[in-house]
Amino acid sequence: MIKFVLMVNQQGQTRLSKYYDPVELSRRAALEAVVVRCCLSRSKHECSFVEYNDFKLVYRQYAALYVVVGITHSENELSIYELIQNFVEVLDKYFSRVSELDIMFNLDSVHIILDEMIQNGHIVETNKSRILAPLTAIDKMADG
Amino acid sequence: MPAVSKGDGMRGLAVFISDIRNCKSKEAEVKRINKELANIRSKFKGDKALDGYSKKKYVCKLLFIFLLGHDIDFGHMEAVNLLSSNKYTEKQIGYLFISVLVNSNSDLIRLINNAIKNDLASRNSTFMNLALHCIANVGSREMAEAFASEIPRILVAGDTMDSVKQSAALCLLRLNRTSPDLIPMGEWTARVVHLLNDQHLGVVTAATSLIATLAQKSPDEFKTSVSLAVARLSRIVTSASIDLQDYTYYFVAAPWLSVKLLRLLQCYPPPEDAALRSRLTECLETILNKAQEPPKSKKVQHSNAKNAVLFEAIALIIHHDSEPNLLVRACNQLGQFLQHRETNLRYLALESMCTLASSEFSHEAVKTHIETVISALKTERDVSVRQRAVDLLYAMCDRSNSKQIVAEMLSYLETADYSIREEIVLKVAILAEKYAVDYTWYVDTILNLIRIAGDYVSEEVWYRVIQIVINRDDVQGYAAKTVFEALQAPACHENLVKVGGYILGEFGNLIAGDPRSSPLVQFDLLHSKFHLCSVPTRALLLSAYIKFINLFPEVKGTIQDVLRSDSQLRNADVELQQRAVEYLRLSCIASTDILATVLEEMPPFPERESSILAKLKKKKGSSKLPDLDDSRRTVNGSSEHAEDTEAVNINVNQTCRFLTEELISTDRPHPTSCSATMLPTRTMGPIHTSTDILNLNSTPSSGASLLVDVFSDMANPAPTEGSEDHFPRFVCKNNGVIYENQLLQIGLKSEYRQNLGRMYVFYGNKTSTQFLSFSTSVTSDIVLSSHLSVQAKPVDPLIEAGAQVQQILNIECVSDFSDAPVLNIQFRYGGTLQNIAVKLPVMLNKFFQPTEMASQDFFQRWKQLGAPQQEVQKIFKAQNQMDTDVAKAKLLGFGVALLDGVDPNPANFVGAGIIHTKTTQVGCLLRLEPNTQAQMYRLTLRTSKESVSQRLCELLSEQF
Repeated sequence: MIKFVLMVNQQGQTRLSKYYDPVELSRRAALEAVVVRCCLSRSKHECSFVEYNDFKLVYRQYAALYVVVGITHSENELSIYELIQNFVEVLDKYFSRVSELDIMFNLDSVHIILDEMIQNGHIVETNKSRILAPLTAIDKMADG
Repeated sequence: MPAVSKGDGMRGLAVFISDIRNCKSKEAEVKRINKELANIRSKFKGDKALDGYSKKKYVCKLLFIFLLGHDIDFGHMEAVNLLSSNKYTEKQIGYLFISVLVNSNSDLIRLINNAIKNDLASRNSTFMNLALHCIANVGSREMAEAFASEIPRILVAGDTMDSVKQSAALCLLRLNRTSPDLIPMGEWTARVVHLLNDQHLGVVTAATSLIATLAQKSPDEFKTSVSLAVARLSRIVTSASIDLQDYTYYFVAAPWLSVKLLRLLQCYPPPEDAALRSRLTECLETILNKAQEPPKSKKVQHSNAKNAVLFEAIALIIHHDSEPNLLVRACNQLGQFLQHRETNLRYLALESMCTLASSEFSHEAVKTHIETVISALKTERDVSVRQRAVDLLYAMCDRSNSKQIVAEMLSYLETADYSIREEIVLKVAILAEKYAVDYTWYVDTILNLIRIAGDYVSEEVWYRVIQIVINRDDVQGYAAKTVFEALQAPACHENLVKVGGYILGEFGNLIAGDPRSSPLVQFDLLHSKFHLCSVPTRALLLSAYIKFINLFPEVKGTIQDVLRSDSQLRNADVELQQRAVEYLRLSCIASTDILATVLEEMPPFPERESSILAKLKKKKGSSKLPDLDDSRRTVNGSSEHAEDTEAVNINVNQTCRFLTEELISTDRPHPTSCSATMLPTRTMGPIHTSTDILNLNSTPSSGASLLVDVFSDMANPAPTEGSEDHFPRFVCKNNGVIYENQLLQIGLKSEYRQNLGRMYVFYGNKTSTQFLSFSTSVTSDIVLSSHLSVQAKPVDPLIEAGAQVQQILNIECVSDFSDAPVLNIQFRYGGTLQNIAVKLPVMLNKFFQPTEMASQDFFQRWKQLGAPQQEVQKIFKAQNQMDTDVAKAKLLGFGVALLDGVDPNPANFVGAGIIHTKTTQVGCLLRLEPNTQAQMYRLTLRTSKESVSQRLCELLSEQF
C-alpha cells in the first residue's frame, strides 16, 4: 500500500504532504527532510526507486518539483511511478500547465484531486475526467 | 475547464502565502506565521460571529501553516462547524482540515461523527463521499463503532452511486485495518466479490483493493473472487484498447486495475479448475507476448505502464511456481531487461529474478545470466542496483558456481559501498559455508573476509568459523596454519586476532612441529598483538595463553611471567585482572593431569542452524513500523550494523564467557562435563555471581525450574481465554504460562539484567495435528518502539503435534516506557488460519537492579527526592490476604532490594532499586505501609523521574 505522498521542491520545502499511515507531526518534518535528501542526492542515471528503512520510495522529478511516494514492498513500483505521472497530468489538465505556485495557492483543490485518486493508501480512480468531477462541480457552483 | 485564478478568490489567503514566500529567513517566516496565528485566534475568539466564507479562509490558512510544519492547536472547532455548512466548498474545507489534522483520539470525534451521520443520510453523493473519505482518513475506534454496520450496507446497496461505492470500499478497508473485530464477515462479503463484475472500472479498482486485503486474512471467504478476477483480467488484456477508453493510459488498457487483479490472484494457489486455469495461463501468455510486440507509442509512459503489468504477471507466475514453461519465459524476459538502458527496468529485473532463482523450474535459466549480473555489480552507477545484483548472485548461487560467485563478491567487497558491506559479508560467509566442498576453501574465504572488511564482520561470522573448525577434525591443522600465517601481517584486524587466538589456543599444537611456528613463536606472535586489542579480545588471549600452558609445557615459564606482570595482575579492568590471577594460580598449583582435564580441547558444538543465517534473515525480514527517528542513522547509513551489534552484545562485557555461551547452543542446558572451554572461570566454581545469563537471580518466587519443564511449573490454575488476565501476574515473576487455549499454550521464561533482557517463549502444540506456517512477530506502537526494542529470533515454521518450540526475544530498554509490546502469532491449523495476539509482560520494573543501602543513606536520598512531581502515592484496598511473607516475595519479585531496619515500624516495607535504561538510570525508593485493620495499603514511590514513579506505582499497586 501507499504510505505517503509528498510534493517537495528543490529547496526541500514541502508543498503537499498526505499520510496514509499515522505519523506524528514531530516526525513528519524529520521524515520529509530525509526523504528529500535521499531523492535530491540522486542523479539521473540512478533508478527511481530507493529503499528506505522498511519501505520504498518511488519518485519522479518535474522541473524543480519532486513527487515522492512511500510504498510498502508489496506494491508494484512501476505502477506507482506511472501513478505519479497520471496525478501530475491531472493537475496539468486542471490548472492548464501546473506550476509550483498553483499547488501552493490551491492546496484544497490539489487535496481533492489526490483524495479522488488515492484513498487509504490504495488507488481508487485513474480516469482523469472522473477524478476531476467533484472539482468541476465546485467550479460550476462558484460560477453559477 | 474553467480558468483558475490564483488564490481562487480568497485574497487574504493569497496575500498570506505570498508573504511567506517572500520571507528571506526562517525567523522572518516564523514571525509572519505567529502574527497570522494571533490574528486568526483573535478572529475565532471575537464576539462577532464569522460567516462561512471567513471561517473557510482562516481554516485554509491554518492548513497551510500546518503544512509548513507548525503545530496547530486551535481551529478544530471552527472546522467542525464548517462540516454542517450547506455549501460544498465550506464543507469540503472542514473535512479536509479534519482529515489532515485531527488524530484518531481527539475528543471532537463525537461531533464529527454527528456531521458524518447527517451527510451519509443526505443521499447527496458528493456529501456522502466527503463523509466516507473522512472516515477512511481518520478511522478511529469511535468512528468504526458508529459506522461499522452502515458502510457494508452502502457498499452493496443496489442504488448507491458508483463514486460512493468506491469511497465506501476503501472506507471499509480502513475500518477493517483498524478495528477488524467490528466488521464481521457476513452476507455482504459474497456481494462484495461480485463488485468485480461491476460495469464501472473505478468500482472494480476500489473493490479489488478491498478484496485483496480481506482475502489475505480470510482466504476461504473470498475464494470465489479468483474466477471473477481471472475473467475480468482476461477481458482487459484481450480487449482492444479503445473498449476501455477512459481507463486506457498511453494505449495500455487499465494498467493499475490489471496490477491489482494480478496481486489479488497472488493470495491464492493456482486455480484447480482446468478451464479457469487455462484461461489464466492464456492471460499471462498474452501479457508476456505483448512485451515482445513493437510498442504502440514511443512514450516512456506507455512502456512503463505495460511493464508494470508485466512485472506483476511475472510475480504471479513465480507465486504459482507450477508452469515451467511460463517460468522460463519470464526468466528470459527479465534477462532482456537486465541489459535495458532504463535503470528502473534493470533494477526491477534483478529484484524479480531473485525470487525466480528459488524456483526449481527456473533456477537453471536464471543461472545463465550470471555474467550479466556480475558485470552489473561492477558497472552499475547506482548503489541500489548493485545491491540487487548482490542479492541475485546470492540467490542464484549453488554448488556449480559458488566459487566464482564468492570470489566476485569478495572482490566487490573491496570497493563496496559502506551501506551494504555488512550484508555482503554475511552473504559471503553463508555461501562459503553452504557450498564448501573442502573446508580449507571455507577457512581461506572467511579469513579473506576478515582481512578485506574486518569492521563489517560481525560476531556471528567469526563464532561460526570457530564452530566449524572445532567440529571438523580435517580442517583444524590447516586452520591453525592459515591463521598463523595471516597473523604475520604487520596490521591485522582485531577479529582476526580473536579467531587466531582461539584457534591457536585449541589447535596450535598441530603446527608446533614446524620450527617456524614453534610454541614460543606462536606465543610471541599472539602476544605482539595483545596491547593493541580491546579488553574482550585481551581476555580471550589470556584464555588462549592458559591453554598454551597445557599444550606446551615448555613455554609455561614465559607465560607465567607475562601473567605475573603488573599490567596483568593489577590491570584496571577487573575481568582481565581476575583472569590473570586465576590463570596464574591455576598454572602454579594444578598438576599436569588437572590442567589437561580443565583445559582440554573444546567438545564439538551441537549442529544447528547457522547464527549468520538467522542474522541475515533478521536483517531482511524487519517489518516493524518505519523508524522515522533518524538520530541513529549514521553518515554512512549503516545503522543496521549498530543495532545488530547491540542486540548481539547482550553480555559482551562478560567477554570470553559470552563467547562460549554463544557458541554452545543457548537453547539447551550446558553440558555439565564441559570442562574444557576457553573460560575456566566458569569451571572454577562460583567466583562470579553471574556466570550464566540463563541463571539470573531475579525471580525468587518462581523457583529454579529447568527450561524444559517451564510448563509443569504452573500446572495449578487451568488458565482460560484472555491473555490480558495473565499479564498482571507477570509483574512480580518472570516465568509462567501467558496464554492458553484449546490449541496452543504459550509459556515464558525471562531474564533481565540492567537494561537488557532475554525472553524464552515456548509454544506448545496441544493438538494431535501439526501447526503449519507458524510465524510470530512482535509489534510495538510508535511511541513504545522508541522506548523499548524487542528483537525476535526466527522460529520454526512447523510445530509437530504435541511438540514444543522455543523462540528467543532479545529486549532492550532504551528509556522508560509504560505500554507493553504485543506478540502476534499466526499459524495454520487444519486449514484455518489462527491469529493470536498476546500482550508480552515486559514492564518497566523488569529493568530494576536492587540496591542495598544503609538507613542513613536511604533517608538522605528520600529527602533529596522531595519534589512533589517525584513522589507518587496511592492508598488502596487489599485485594488479597495481607500476608507479610507474600508481600515480601512480591516486592523482591518486583525487583527492589528490601531494606530491613530502615522504617521505625517493622510492619512497613522499604525498598530501593535502580531502573536501568539505555539512556539513563533512575533511582527508585519505595515504601509500603500495610494497615491490617482497615485492610488497606499505602504505597509511596519516589524516583528522580515523574513518569517512572507513576508507572511503577501503577504496576505495583495492583499486586496486593
